Amino acid sequence: MAKYLLLKHYRGAPAAVNDVPMDQWTPEEISAHVQYMNDFAARLEKTGEFVDGQALAPEGAWVRYDGEGRPPVTDGPFAETKDLIAGWMVIDVDSYERAVELAGELSAAPGAGGKPIHEWLEVRPFLTATPTITECH
Amino acid sequence: MNEALLRSLTPSVLAILVRRGADFAAAEDAVQDALVEAVRVWPADPPRDAKGWLVTVAWRKFLDAARSDAARRRREDLVDEEPAHGPAPAVDDTLQLYFLCAHPSLTPSSAVALTLRAVGGLTTRQIAQAYLVPEATMAQRISRAKRTVSGVRFDQPGDVATVLRVLYLVFNEGYSGDVDLAAEAIRLTRQLAAAIDHPEVAGLLALMLLHHARRAARTAPDGSLVPLAEQDRGRWDTGLIAEGVEILQAALARDRLGEFQAQAAIAALHADAPTAEETDWVQIVEWYDELTRLTDSPVVRLNRAVAVGEADGPRAGLAALAELDASLPRHTAVAAYLHERDGDLDTAARLYAEAAHEAPNLAERTHLTRQAARLNARRCR
Repeated sequence: MAKYLLLKHYRGAPAAVNDVPMDQWTPEEISAHVQYMNDFAARLEKTGEFVDGQALAPEGAWVRYDGEGRPPVTDGPFAETKDLIAGWMVIDVDSYERAVELAGELSAAPGAGGKPIHEWLEVRPFLTATPTITECH
Repeated sequence: MNEALLRSLTPSVLAILVRRGADFAAAEDAVQDALVEAVRVWPADPPRDAKGWLVTVAWRKFLDAARSDAARRRREDLVDEEPAHGPAPAVDDTLQLYFLCAHPSLTPSSAVALTLRAVGGLTTRQIAQAYLVPEATMAQRISRAKRTVSGVRFDQPGDVATVLRVLYLVFNEGYSGDVDLAAEAIRLTRQLAAAIDHPEVAGLLALMLLHHARRAARTAPDGSLVPLAEQDRGRWDTGLIAEGVEILQAALARDRLGEFQAQAAIAALHADAPTAEETDWVQIVEWYDELTRLTDSPVVRLNRAVAVGEADGPRAGLAALAELDASLPRHTAVAAYLHERDGDLDTAARLYAEAAHEAPNLAERTHLTRQAARLNARRCR
């Protein structure tokens, strides 16, 4: 088993095929989309492949240490051009192929006109724990 | 076996151990162990006296732990002078536990966790699941909280207001897991109301009951939010409403108004309206004026602007809104709503989309996006 992070972006990903902002959909199309996402997570829980999923607010800030006795420096909100993560799902699957297959299904979530969004999702393998046997044979 | 009944015995059993001289942290662990044993043993062999059984087992667990820890001589001494089994303690002890677990030296998240465990009798795992954190994290939070209050004298009177804030947090920020935190908060508030005669405790209990009564109507089958005006009022729990109103009326008759009674009064006015159109918004505005006097909270003023918009028209609501800081959470959502009522659908749609962008949770975000979509779809046709 290997864990993969499926990343969804607010900004920074290549444009989706069906790239219409959600407030331009019909309310029914929004409902269908939400239902698809809920069903997807529920199905992965049933197959034993779901680990975690979270959504992130679009607002945030950069923060860094600014020396002893000084408050941290903050910079934000993010500039418009910034690559911006919208949320993630962590899955635990048997192969890279399975991770790609699932990301493809997630990207097929319906959008405007009830048609798949074809949104680009980022698939990132986790670095694994060190295996028990590390010697070469 | 009724687990809620079992857990309702937690605070009095814990208080007895503390009265007998066990320190709070060790006693709390012992009571948890006894609860676990009760869940295991009782189904096959139910005791005649449930509380007596728990006290006996918890005290034995406490002694076992003390004995196994040779370094803790002080507790060893305690073992030798095992106190006589006195009469059952007064309800006061339960109250003292509430005060201890909501002690001002604790952070809100620590007070919530400690209250749920030491007063509510929930396991660390259940609390961790409810707040979506790892069990080890919650265990640390609880043990740090116990250390923080370990020096607090058990017989010191506490502040009811801090306890109410903790219970309100449990009610309002319940997330997930197999424990219904809203129901648990109601149970703990009921138990507190039985231990102390205080109009604000009654006010909070009434507020919780009135909100809980609407729970089934608050979410659609697909999980989306249903605003108050659109809820199917036939699905409101009339039993809970009647109980909440009765408790509230008795509290208000005492003439010691506080913020929870005022909030409950507003909830009761909503509950009282057979349809959304029949809501007595004028009275609701008056209660918001009372609340503003009591709390001077910007969130209250924001809600008041909505009520003013209903009572005196959207323009009046927008005027009330204009006096508030635009960076307040949900300010944009309220502005969108009032503009829609005022017939300015383009502005409303734009503001709903903006409010969705600022929404603090997914359900609200989806709801606000859907509002924007609804207005945009109408405009396109």
